[in-house]
Amino acid sequence: MNRRDFLQQSALTTAGTLLIPHFLKAYETQAMGQLPGSTGKILVIVQLSGGNDGLNTVIPFRNDIYYRERPTIAIRPEKVLPLNDEIGLHPAMGSLKALYDEGLVTVINNVGYPNPDRSHFRSMDIWQTASDSDQYLHTGWIGRYLDAACAGKTQQPFRTIEVDDTLSLALKGNNLNGMAVLDPKKLYNQTRSGLVTKLGQAHHDEHESVSYLYKTLAETVSSAEYVYDKAKIQTSSTTYPNHELGNRLKTVSQFIQSGVETSVYYISISGFDTHINQPGQQERLLGQYAEAVGAFMTDLKAANRQNDVLLMTFSEFGRRVKQNASNGTDHGTANNVFLIGGGMPSRRVLNEAPNLTALTDGDLTYSVDFRQIYATLLRDYLGTDDVTILGRKFESLKIV
Amino acid sequence: MDKLTRLQQTRYLFARAGFGATPGELNDAARKPLRKVVRQLIKDSESFTALKVVEPDENTTKRALRGLMRNGQLDRDMLRERIRMNAEKVRDLNLQWLDQMASGKGAFREKMALFWHGHFACRTMGQNPLFMQQYANTIRQNALGRFGDLLMAVSKEPAMLQFLNNQQNRKNAPNENFAREVMELFTLGRGNYSEHDIKEAARAFTGWQFTPEGQFVFRERVHDEGEKAIFSKTGAFKGEDVIAMLLENKQTARFVTGKIYRFFVNETDDKNRVEELADQFYKSGYDIAGLMESMFTSDWFYEAKNIGTHIKSPVELLVGMRHALGLTFEQPQTQIFVQRTLGQILFYPPNVAGWAGGRNWIDSSSLLFRMQLPSYVLKAAEVTVRSKEDGDVNTQLLARKGGQRFQVKANWEDFETAFYKTTDADLTDAIAAALLPFPLNTEQRTLIETQLKAAQTRPERIHALTTALMSLPEYQLC
Repeated sequence: MNRRDFLQQSALTTAGTLLIPHFLKAYETQAMGQLPGSTGKILVIVQLSGGNDGLNTVIPFRNDIYYRERPTIAIRPEKVLPLNDEIGLHPAMGSLKALYDEGLVTVINNVGYPNPDRSHFRSMDIWQTASDSDQYLHTGWIGRYLDAACAGKTQQPFRTIEVDDTLSLALKGNNLNGMAVLDPKKLYNQTRSGLVTKLGQAHHDEHESVSYLYKTLAETVSSAEYVYDKAKIQTSSTTYPNHELGNRLKTVSQFIQSGVETSVYYISISGFDTHINQPGQQERLLGQYAEAVGAFMTDLKAANRQNDVLLMTFSEFGRRVKQNASNGTDHGTANNVFLIGGGMPSRRVLNEAPNLTALTDGDLTYSVDFRQIYATLLRDYLGTDDVTILGRKFESLKIV
Repeated sequence: MDKLTRLQQTRYLFARAGFGATPGELNDAARKPLRKVVRQLIKDSESFTALKVVEPDENTTKRALRGLMRNGQLDRDMLRERIRMNAEKVRDLNLQWLDQMASGKGAFREKMALFWHGHFACRTMGQNPLFMQQYANTIRQNALGRFGDLLMAVSKEPAMLQFLNNQQNRKNAPNENFAREVMELFTLGRGNYSEHDIKEAARAFTGWQFTPEGQFVFRERVHDEGEKAIFSKTGAFKGEDVIAMLLENKQTARFVTGKIYRFFVNETDDKNRVEELADQFYKSGYDIAGLMESMFTSDWFYEAKNIGTHIKSPVELLVGMRHALGLTFEQPQTQIFVQRTLGQILFYPPNVAGWAGGRNWIDSSSLLFRMQLPSYVLKAAEVTVRSKEDGDVNTQLLARKGGQRFQVKANWEDFETAFYKTTDADLTDAIAAALLPFPLNTEQRTLIETQLKAAQTRPERIHALTTALMSLPEYQLC
């Protein structure tokens, strides 16, 4: 088929079709596989948006101060699912406790950063860009991972995927961006129907902006096709809970099991901003979280992939130690981070529990910089250059 | 590329100095000398109408609301409702400003104010609509005047003092955030001051505070009256003195002019040209309209290398579409949804550095959404995309979409009239010339025209072609 025939045969629907460059086809011919230097491991990140109350998630159930400061929202000791003599999980997190007992969960306490910012958008920015709290970056740490891993190659946005309709700052790099895919079929249809079907030789090659847009579009069309085709291969037999996180983790599992060549998946769920009537709301959210992650790990185990996939969960900040007058909690600082799966050493709590007698302005004092976790995951787990991506050296944690 | 036609020059001018023009406006303007068109644009922006969503005495801050609850005057549900109502008013302010931009009245002022909103980035803390209303009107009112007046006025806005924590900047307990951002982001730019300058300037800004009613106050009792050494001058400086010193420093003119050049002309700046412009800006006492006029009337402004280099921000894209077609949204909430999905919500910049702009607007999902936007708007195509929440329980309503389809009214009549004399054969290129920075190539034209069906009336042809042309990647540029 020559170019003219091809263009004439392109199906047009809503508003017109674009023209198509042949470098699109690069993907089909380019050998896929691991990124250079990659360990073949997969990182899945779950962001709990709104500032999850870490003290009611990993509960210091023998600490009097905890019960004193939270007279109506503290979780009674007998209900806590103990991890050790000091701390235990929220009762809604039975599935996570089961994973812990299997040796799949690492809890890192007191994670934060210097001069913490209690605003959602700013703190989320800091976590997503891995910046200092007085520094403003326009790129995310996973975006820069993609920059580093794919340097000099044709961009392959699907190497890092956010399971969502829109892309977070975390996945935007300097040169390359990750890709947002909530539903591969929907995305594929968007690039097929409508006006986007195929696009042509960008004739304004002398215009940098135009070729940038056409190149992005070409990569999108091609990646959408790749992900859709690939993801059809394997569907999961595990039953997932029918809510947002359940559905999104199911999608991730399907991608992994179908052999989609993605190193980092990103999911964000909201609702953790619990200023008012926290207990019921948080119980529901933590229950959903634990249930979904439980199903995900069960699924991976059945596929014998549990050791290749590490799930990290964080929130932009924890809440204050003292509850407020509305049966809720206000914005705080340090928080816990979960690492699940990934073939790590047996069950453990990595560091000391929060010290409620040594607070900073009524807030938990951090002892682990979140970028130490990123550095460890980048270097020891994904096998890339953490210093290039994070801009400097952070002391790694002995977790992987 | 050959020299631009007068129509191309005019389209480009309107796109950069405002939010584009209707085909009718273009036809009229293209008949006049450019210099005259520029003057007219500036003249049309001389008057100023304030945005208003809240009366000063109606406003209650979140802190005051919490106080009312503690005193038992509000219960928990009422508190929540009042905070939600405040957030809604900020949303209404956003929509009112969009309407103003899209109306075309004073488009140059509004475009300039949008630039200043990114430069003096400020976000509403505690969903305070009065503070944001004042802030918005301050940058709009001073947008074309003297930069010094703008800088002073916006620095004294309660929204800004709150956003940059100057209320916490006191004698014996300094907070340097405000002093730092004033130098780094508003005037000199990074690397043109020392940490010592910041420390000392922060002392000078102590006492710059605001009342819950939205008034700037200088509180002498928290002001540090001691001597400060800033930029190798010593004295018992106050905030006003620091602002004056910053304006006296030519680096401020250089920094601001560079940013204006990258926004209005080309992201890759031309060092010599910026230096020349900065020189003029400085000598004129920071006359903003004067600086803009000399840019818009220069031959180099219309050089081919500048055309189509600017990626429209989401607000520019949305407003431009609205203006070109006289669109109104029956559910205004959809416009918030568009802003959120594409990553630019007025009054919610991502951080103190403002929106990154340029290529940062574009990734796989935002580009697809931008290309489908004309179909959502003009053909009521089903919208299946969801935008993300930002975690803050108070801004949840900004994420809401309201309906699977956009309900929009367009003023097609005016749009069609402009092509009254265009032959059918020339129609595609004529509409393209009004909407796009570059002429269509042969293949694009062929593809766009496959949208046409034989039995279509002329208005139907115009609608189909316009929707298709607005869906091209080139429509993202101006």
